[in-house]
Amino acid sequence: MSILLAEDFTFIVQGITGREAVNLTRECLDYGSKVVGGVTPGRKGRDVHGVPVFDTVAQAVEHHGAPVNGSVVTVPPAFTKDAVLEAIENGIELIVIVTERIPRGDVAQMVELAGMRGARIIGPNCLGLIVPGVCKMGGIGGPAKDAAKAYAPGPVGVMSRSGGMTTEISSSLTQAGLGVSTAVSIGGDAIIGSTYAELMALFEADPETQAIVIYTEPGGRMEAQLSEWVAEHSSRLPIIAFMAGKFMDEEEMKGMSFGHAGTIVEGIQDTATEKIARLEAAGIRVVERIDEIPDAVKDRLGVTA
Amino acid sequence: MRFYEYESRKIVERAGIPVTKYGFCTTAGEARQAAEEIGGPVVIKSQVLTGGRMKAGGVKFADTPEEAEAHAAEILALEINGHMPRGVLVDPKAEVAQEYYAGVVWDGTAKRPLMLFSDMGGIDIEQVAEEHPDHVGRGHVSNLLPISDFEAKQVIAATGVSGSELNRATPVLARLARLFRDNDMTLAEINPLAKLADGTFVALDAHMEMENEAKPRQKALLAELGIAEDDNREPYEPSEFERNVAAIDAADHRGVIQGKDHGFAGNLGLVIGAGGGSLTLTDAVRSQGGRPANYSEIGGNPSVAKACGLAKEVLNKDGVEKIAVMMSIVSNTRVDIVARGVIKACLELGKDPEETIAIFRIPGAWEEEGFKTLERYGVEYCDRSVSMWEAARRAVEKIQGAPE
Repeated sequence: MSILLAEDFTFIVQGITGREAVNLTRECLDYGSKVVGGVTPGRKGRDVHGVPVFDTVAQAVEHHGAPVNGSVVTVPPAFTKDAVLEAIENGIELIVIVTERIPRGDVAQMVELAGMRGARIIGPNCLGLIVPGVCKMGGIGGPAKDAAKAYAPGPVGVMSRSGGMTTEISSSLTQAGLGVSTAVSIGGDAIIGSTYAELMALFEADPETQAIVIYTEPGGRMEAQLSEWVAEHSSRLPIIAFMAGKFMDEEEMKGMSFGHAGTIVEGIQDTATEKIARLEAAGIRVVERIDEIPDAVKDRLGVTA
Repeated sequence: MRFYEYESRKIVERAGIPVTKYGFCTTAGEARQAAEEIGGPVVIKSQVLTGGRMKAGGVKFADTPEEAEAHAAEILALEINGHMPRGVLVDPKAEVAQEYYAGVVWDGTAKRPLMLFSDMGGIDIEQVAEEHPDHVGRGHVSNLLPISDFEAKQVIAATGVSGSELNRATPVLARLARLFRDNDMTLAEINPLAKLADGTFVALDAHMEMENEAKPRQKALLAELGIAEDDNREPYEPSEFERNVAAIDAADHRGVIQGKDHGFAGNLGLVIGAGGGSLTLTDAVRSQGGRPANYSEIGGNPSVAKACGLAKEVLNKDGVEKIAVMMSIVSNTRVDIVARGVIKACLELGKDPEETIAIFRIPGAWEEEGFKTLERYGVEYCDRSVSMWEAARRAVEKIQGAPE
């Protein structure tokens, strides 16, 4: 089991003829994902690694002959909103937005429409998600053989604001013999489609998932929202958190952005120190060092190392 | 991007929100003229992109144009928190009956703009929210539907404001919410929003910030305000290192490199990536007693020249003795290309790679090829079996010896 993806999950790639999208398509196909079409306006009739290219999402869905479950959107920032609205209005329920540098107003509009239509957005500014051995949606983990090396099936759900750290952490869980149920690169922007708290209910309902690891950074209120979620729901899942960017708490770093667009300390609640205190108050174990994560998970799961 | 007060005033004015007749001046003579045109007592305000100007002496009152000129001359020469003013704003000294607060911010959790209103204006809204929560009204607006006046009215009425004050403040807050959405602001504040003796409402001070990502599509507004495209409004002046790294990045479209050294002054140069990896590694070095000379980010798939350029800039910084080349597991960035780049940097600067590179820890794509190159030059490297924390520890140990 897993969240969001499954064996028979189908998706398209919007912007499929772009250089990075071509690579991503290859990687997903090699991993065994069902990429059933691609969209680049004006390029109908071509194919990318055997995946047919269409002008519109509607054409791609029609060609598939059944509802398409998802779409990976990797088009330039100025065109992303239109592409995502097109996906939503054509019945696609899971949309991964890879593109970065999209204005917040656009993201908020996409998310609001998704909410009205019952669709879910992951990202923007993310690498997508993966269910080890089953399906990879997006560039997460890289080429199929690299993804296989870093991601083994297991009991830990991973959510991360950093795409690279999703793989780094998952790889350490794999090396420790634990493995991953589903790993989600949720995106590094100030406003994202799915926050930790919004994905928690899905992990909660997944019998395979026994623990959660989150990678987090200064900036925003996403961690406070998770703390509130934990306080309101008696979750069966222990959560281990790692906070990067503690150096940003220094006085001279105020107002500076590091790493991701959303990683900027604008108010007192945004600081690493404040966030760690909130997470710990909610019973979430915050590890000091990145290499402590696997043992902390084993400890909570009662597995002897 | 943060706007100066005189620009923010212009932004609210063009959205139909009343402001006082004011003048933006860059010389004392202009300030005198502006005071003459206004007639009567004026206030002279420093135009700086930092808070605390009142306390620093950047706001002064004048009864005559002569006095205005003298104050303007002083304020124009006054540095506040390291910022020199861009000019002064000359404003009529308003007869204020009451001060209110009107603002719009992003609520990242609700993913909607949030309108805020208070009948206790003139002070920091966070302070009011903490001490007098019943004096702060809040309400979200949709990102898709038109913003109606009643939504603003509800927020204001929640603070107990009624009568003609409610009816005059309502369009101000509604227009502020619309301009926030239309102009891609991340913050739009009028504080104080003043009720004058005659009952009319004017924005006495405004604070606007626009999202950098939206600048391309807000070109018309920026041009109208006379803001140059390269006016980035960083919170501080970029250093030579920061400018050089940006220039290397701009010269080649492959991959992305960034470098920052504001607030760093150590002896260990960091050639690190990607976004989250850089944050994690900077912490790991500092937590283990290391002193980073800089922060950097390698992302995407940079060329050998780009990786070399970043490493050279780091090595050329004053006080840098060694560099640590570290990233989280990469799939897009090629390990061998970064390895060749950093070795090239050492050789071109006449340094021995084995001595200069304290540690190389980049696991992932093309790692076998990269590790072979490193081996040839005797550089210590490690793969994913060595954690980012441990790699940072080895780098720190090499530069300052084992901890006692």
